[in-house]
Amino acid sequence: MSDRITAKNITDNEFFYGHKACAGCGGSLAVRMALKVLGERTFIALPAGCMSAVGFNFPQLCFSNNAIISTFAGTGSIITGIEAGARALGLKDYHVLGMAGDGGTADIGIQALSGAIDRNDRVIYICYDNEAYMNTGIQKSGLTPFGAKTTTTPAGKHIHGNVKNKKNMFEIVAAHGIPYAATASIAYMDDFIEKVRKASQVDGPSYIHVIAPCPTGWGIPADRTIEAAKEMVDCGLWYLAEYYDDEFHLNRDPNEFTSVSDYLKSQGRFKHLSDEDIALIEQGRDKKWEKIRAWN
Amino acid sequence: MSIKPTLREYKKPEKLSDYPEATCFEAGHLVTKNAGWRNVRPVINDEKCVGCYQCYMYCPDGVIFKKNDKVDIDYDFCKGCGICAKTCKLKAITMTEEER
Repeated sequence: MSDRITAKNITDNEFFYGHKACAGCGGSLAVRMALKVLGERTFIALPAGCMSAVGFNFPQLCFSNNAIISTFAGTGSIITGIEAGARALGLKDYHVLGMAGDGGTADIGIQALSGAIDRNDRVIYICYDNEAYMNTGIQKSGLTPFGAKTTTTPAGKHIHGNVKNKKNMFEIVAAHGIPYAATASIAYMDDFIEKVRKASQVDGPSYIHVIAPCPTGWGIPADRTIEAAKEMVDCGLWYLAEYYDDEFHLNRDPNEFTSVSDYLKSQGRFKHLSDEDIALIEQGRDKKWEKIRAWN
Repeated sequence: MSIKPTLREYKKPEKLSDYPEATCFEAGHLVTKNAGWRNVRPVINDEKCVGCYQCYMYCPDGVIFKKNDKVDIDYDFCKGCGICAKTCKLKAITMTEEER
């Protein structure tokens, strides 16, 4: 496929630059690369969350395309509104992108997202998932994984961090019968870029769920962001998949997983987990893979 | 010239009417650098670099840019996270202590 975007031919333009995100921020990389794929004629809406907190500090505006902060719950509705407005103005060649975090997607913004998919407008919604409300000081979200220590799910003697599993946002979105949905990881950049490009060509709503580690919240050094995102996929706790034509497609099916224990133990938020907890997480992973392997 | 937010001089408004109307503002308008955040500084060894651009692809701040088939760094905005050095398979980037 000659129209693939690669490191050699991707635009030199930077649309998210000079922002105040923590060093090594995975979310900012997801925003940066998504905008590089979609280009200058992209309207981006970001709800309250890290990316709006670090991008819009008056008199500093770190986006070089059209950008707006939406209400926390309203990313989905504001992007369909922008799309309707752009259409009414007769604009051509543009993209409307919403980029919300895990809390802004799976908890606070899920209703607006569901409505946006239902309205079937040509919008792209990307959830950059760092697995907790990082901007406000690491509180548990609906996408925080089992066992993770956050300020609202502390690790104690009896309860070892978060007792709930991660919400299955990808399949919740797919259940709407959306034209295109995908999961991704910032560590598999070519895959993520290709998925953003595919989403941009869909005549209707599309959704990408990209894992974007947060060094601050995950308890990892700033230079380990990409490694952690890669390990999460390689150990099987995340998977790369797509949904289109009413069917799921698993993109990457490794013969062997790397160690779940190594992945967990390398992060501060999982340090407290016992061997039994890790065995439970492994069982959950195996059960999940049994299901998703049946997709292909 | 590629598009990129740039540093500009900013004159602090003296009175309320000097502030922009509503909550709109010019895109790509930077007034402060991030260089002061850095404890360690990435240094590129041009002899080892083969121009694979993986560091450029994975830099969260986008401060690595292509130059003569290799790469260079905008130290005004590099925060010294070290992802570029970790990403480089040829070890052409080393993190050195920041001097100031």
